[in-house]
Amino acid sequence: MDNLPTARPAPPDDLRAIERTEEFQRLRGSFRGFAFPVTAGFILWYLLYVLLSCYAPGFMATKLFGHVNTALALGLLQFATTFAIAAWYARFAGRRLDPAATAIREDAGPTGPDGRIAPADRPQPADRTEAVE
Amino acid sequence: MSTTLLAAGSATEHRGLTMTLFGIFVLATLGITVWAGRQTKDASDFYAGGRGFTGFQNGLAISGDYMSAASFLGIAGAIALFGYDGFLYSIGFLVAWLVALLLVAEPLRNSGRYTMADVLAFRMRQRPVRTAAGISTIVVSIFYLLAQMVGAGSLVALLLGVNGDAAKRWTVVAVGALMVVYVVIGGMKGTTWVQIVKAVLLIAGAALMTVLVLAKYHFNISSLLGAAADASGKGSSFLEPGLKYGATNTTKLDFLSLGLALVLGTAGLPHILVRFYTVPTAKAARKSVLWAIGIIGGFYLMTLALGFGAAALVGPKTIKASNAAGNTAAPLLAEHLGGGAGSTGGAILLAVISAVAFATILAVVAGLTLASSASFAHDLYANVIRRGRASEREEIGSAKLAAVAIGAVAILLSIFADKLNTAALVALAFAVAASANLPTLLYSLFWKRFTTAGAVCSVYAGLVSSVLLVVFSTVVSGKPTSLLPHSDFHWFPLENPGLVSIPIGFLAGWIGTMLSRESADPAKYAELEVRSLTGLGAH
Repeated sequence: MDNLPTARPAPPDDLRAIERTEEFQRLRGSFRGFAFPVTAGFILWYLLYVLLSCYAPGFMATKLFGHVNTALALGLLQFATTFAIAAWYARFAGRRLDPAATAIREDAGPTGPDGRIAPADRPQPADRTEAVE
Repeated sequence: MSTTLLAAGSATEHRGLTMTLFGIFVLATLGITVWAGRQTKDASDFYAGGRGFTGFQNGLAISGDYMSAASFLGIAGAIALFGYDGFLYSIGFLVAWLVALLLVAEPLRNSGRYTMADVLAFRMRQRPVRTAAGISTIVVSIFYLLAQMVGAGSLVALLLGVNGDAAKRWTVVAVGALMVVYVVIGGMKGTTWVQIVKAVLLIAGAALMTVLVLAKYHFNISSLLGAAADASGKGSSFLEPGLKYGATNTTKLDFLSLGLALVLGTAGLPHILVRFYTVPTAKAARKSVLWAIGIIGGFYLMTLALGFGAAALVGPKTIKASNAAGNTAAPLLAEHLGGGAGSTGGAILLAVISAVAFATILAVVAGLTLASSASFAHDLYANVIRRGRASEREEIGSAKLAAVAIGAVAILLSIFADKLNTAALVALAFAVAASANLPTLLYSLFWKRFTTAGAVCSVYAGLVSSVLLVVFSTVVSGKPTSLLPHSDFHWFPLENPGLVSIPIGFLAGWIGTMLSRESADPAKYAELEVRSLTGLGAH
């Protein structure tokens, strides 16, 4: 079961074999280990902010300095955390996910009509190129 | 009634200038569209702009697609009238992008091709899932389209200072015709460039006004807030939560419901999802979301200055006299910043901001028309009606016909529904997207046991529950501001259905999966996982 099919042209089998490799399981684990808890975290943080706005008006009205109160500061903090989480994910993906995904892609060999792995639905000349940015 | 102030002011005198700027934008975008149309040869060009955009370009286009007139004029107006509670909107709209960034953008880019349904139907039976996804795509897009076009009708009439229903109708017809032209001739490439141009104009316009507002207060935010609170007549409560949503327990729940719909809806909006197909790789899709978060976040921070600036400098009384919902707060502020009504500077700045608002509407409606006609052609026509036997040429032909038909439907509905509350329509579109599309998308990507029956249940249950709850809410009947103010059959207390319909969408997907006789194909899921995480075999 664990040996990679080599000469067989049936494309999905190759992908299914890749799914069982340790490399892929590790990639999947690091993606989920980051994305799931962080998503739960920022959604709870946002809901906490919404609930405070609705049900704790006294606390939110506390003046911090000048005319800036807790409500406004927490709102701006939501902006700041959104920017920070986005930057954190970009860094994480660049360091942990991209190299692993690239390695798996390179091991799998060429894709497209001449390769072994056909595009998702109707096979088409492969039009994917690396991002030139 | 709502046109008194601007119509009486300089808008009428300087209508020529505003019209000229509108005209320049329309001509320039039509030029881009024709140029893009010449380069559009196959389906990948038409649906996905040839997948040749960079992350930065697509980030701008996403921002152009997302920052509708509702966010520019609506949020600035809401802040000007309700202070802090108006600001709450923009936070939900921004935080929502993290869902798209972390869970949706890259897997979608890797495993889909042209539409949202490509991913939903990947490991399911094609016809039932594509039918459901196609229907929900079109419903969400039409609600959103209606909101934009109804808004466009009253707004352009207001900005140009023309009165009467006929002017509104002709505006709606013109906007509808233009969006169909952009989509049919320019396809995704043309639409994307229109959105990029609009995003740059909108950011530049908002930045200019923000600097002018802040300069008046010597860049001291606290004194701007103080001036806004004083001018609002509500004192410090203007800067605290509760003016709009704090009245009763029902309005508080309503706000919670809205907040949930906003934060979960974005990653289920079909016209946003298809934008991820216009870049070559998942990494570029990630970069486009990162740019979009930066641009949209920066823009919402500027609306904060614009809204409080309008409250402080123009004053709520003048804003309300011009438009009860506050939609003209930003244009009125522009006029004030330019030197006030009657001055040349005021007229120029007003005309520029009005033209930016017009560009905003056009770019958003074009994106919506493209997403819904693509889903009709690729999902319903090619895969359901023709069972995958349509040629590429036939498929694109049907997409163009669908764009014309959707444009016609949207024009007709907008003319008959011109009394509809546009903010409620946008919130409804987000609620439907969060209830029908997002649960199915997340289950498809991340839950191994999810089945065809689960997907179909989830889409239809989310779609039907959100639409029905709105029909039986005060949006449709029971209040003077309802669609049918003279009848009352409402029993659902909230205006936004999200709090109930989003859990229904998730629950229905789970129940449908548990009760379905067929079990999920683990090999197909393994294939989807490898494709979505590595980009192997991506288009």
